Amino acid sequence: MIIASYIYIAVRVSIPVLLGITGAIFNEKAGNTNLGIEGMMYMGAFAGFYTAVATNSVILALIAACLFGAFGALIYAFATVTLRTNQVVAGLSLTIFGQGIARFLGNTLSGAKGESVRIPDAVTQKVNWKILGLKDIPFLGRALFGYDMIIYLSIVLVVIAYFYINKSKTGLNLRAVGENPAAADAAGINVSLYKYVHICIGGAFCGLAGAYIGVVYLTTWGNNMIAGKGWIAVALVIFASWNPLKAIYSSLLFGFTSLIALRFQDSPISPYLLEMLPYLLTVIILIITSVKMKKENQQPASCGVNYFREER
Amino acid sequence: MRLPFHIVKRPYMKTYQQVIVRLLAVLTAFAVTSILMIILKKNPGRVLMALLYEPVKNGYFLVQTIKLAVVLLIISLGIGLAFKMKFWNIGAEGQIILGGIGASYLGLFHNDWPIYILLPVMLVASFVTGGLYGLIPAYFKARYNTNETLFTLMLNYIALSILLFLQYGPWKGENAMRPEFDNFKKNALLPSLASSKPWSDLHIGWIISLLLVVIVYIYMNHTKSGYEISVVGESVNTARYAGMNVRWITMRTMMLSAGICGIAGFVQVSGNLKKLSVNVAGGLGFTAIIIAWLSKLNPVVMIVASFLFSVMSKGAGFLEYQNISPAASEMIQGIILFCVLGAEFFVNYKIVRTHREVAQK
Repeated sequence: MIIASYIYIAVRVSIPVLLGITGAIFNEKAGNTNLGIEGMMYMGAFAGFYTAVATNSVILALIAACLFGAFGALIYAFATVTLRTNQVVAGLSLTIFGQGIARFLGNTLSGAKGESVRIPDAVTQKVNWKILGLKDIPFLGRALFGYDMIIYLSIVLVVIAYFYINKSKTGLNLRAVGENPAAADAAGINVSLYKYVHICIGGAFCGLAGAYIGVVYLTTWGNNMIAGKGWIAVALVIFASWNPLKAIYSSLLFGFTSLIALRFQDSPISPYLLEMLPYLLTVIILIITSVKMKKENQQPASCGVNYFREER
Repeated sequence: MRLPFHIVKRPYMKTYQQVIVRLLAVLTAFAVTSILMIILKKNPGRVLMALLYEPVKNGYFLVQTIKLAVVLLIISLGIGLAFKMKFWNIGAEGQIILGGIGASYLGLFHNDWPIYILLPVMLVASFVTGGLYGLIPAYFKARYNTNETLFTLMLNYIALSILLFLQYGPWKGENAMRPEFDNFKKNALLPSLASSKPWSDLHIGWIISLLLVVIVYIYMNHTKSGYEISVVGESVNTARYAGMNVRWITMRTMMLSAGICGIAGFVQVSGNLKKLSVNVAGGLGFTAIIIAWLSKLNPVVMIVASFLFSVMSKGAGFLEYQNISPAASEMIQGIILFCVLGAEFFVNYKIVRTHREVAQK
């Protein structure tokens, strides 16, 4: 039973990271290294939280989060695709802006006294709609069927993202844009449009990730809700080798390491040292993947470089 | 599709024109902020007043603002070195923390040394600890081309864990009620040149920062090593063909960059906070990235930009009196950054009308 509940916790922690990785993959496949993932997650967290409190509707909250995340991505896309500014700095600006606007607007929720705002119970109940009876199956019931519906939705979306990027015609065009925008342009693909659309889709995924943290996982508004999960997502993209399906186990690995930090606080090792485990793990993964970099698992070639047709 | 205009590269723009473009961008950012405030039914005049005027209103506030600007300036100088090399060091936070820890070790456990020995040793210690912490990602970048952006970023979180571990564990202070670091004794604190209030509160960190401006300026513009940084930044291959040792340059520059950020940690603990604390970095590393970039990595311009951002950060505190979240300041910094970034487009490119004959070809 205890293993099942550990799996349950780990999966819940890893879902926002999974969505974040997928969002980042969309960006990078379009040839943009977007460091604004964290910012877009914050924006999604606020939009989802606000809508859930205001309307008591889960679906509206999720839509609002996706739209606000995509809006953040749109600013970034305008800056990098149209104005051709440095992608690193534009992404950082997006993170700073997204964090700022989410905290600023989020603090107006709590009013003058600064009392904490919670997601209404009605919403929490709707979210925690369970597949009838299945979660009571002994041993694995909770670990497989015990989750809120957004988790299943997320996994479906991630699988769809995999087939879209790797198996569809538009996905092929997208990869061409990311690998060699000049060649894609010559082949008649509208490079700017592809970049805009997929950066925004990536933003929507990040928004959803933020909404998951705000509406489902924490359910109380806080200024440090995302706490670096967006950055971890950016890092784990490399471990997932730009493949949404591999992102599932990459994010689970993160989930289980966080679990160690969460669950073993009574151990003789200081809990503060345990808290660094997920970050340490990310660093180790970064090193390992860069030491044994395979040819086929590389970042899309044009990442970080903006495309300007007249500069060839 | 034929548009009536198209975009071409602009070969050159005069300096004063560049300055005007950037000032216009900052003004645009304030205009956008004002519109946002009107939508949220706040008085934009009062918001901007709190952000830009309150922090410099009188000597007491001004001293606090300068103290923050000093730290921001030092961090920006450090980040600027790495950015010049296109090494995206966003781990300044962690390097500040490590520098602070290095300085605090002496400040807490060797505070019986005389002040004129203790303070210089603390400065060197902060430079070394911060620098070594920055050397870790630099080594892997140089050796295996490991992504430095993410590496330095993860090190921020790890540094914070180390700091918390010390605070709750081995370095816990004498206050039994709350786990805190002890306040520094007087000979571990940066002295002030003035003797009367409010200026006696202004420690000599400002001298350290201005000295660093001069050193970094000369290093970047008038030494061979400084020139190598910009060559590696422009093109690693060019640097290789010219026979430069790119690995060594990467590690050396990053060590300097992180070391200077470490010194900022020393000024924080020994000057501003008067003890080690979890707030030693507190997001300053990220604000400094904006400052470094907006200054075009020019150390002299950084003085002005650091002051402006310090004013805005301090102004955030005044917003609370008007029931506005201090996070507004962070948001406005983001807006400014986007506007100035966008303005660079007009510095680098120009929009020209497409002539009919050309369009018909």
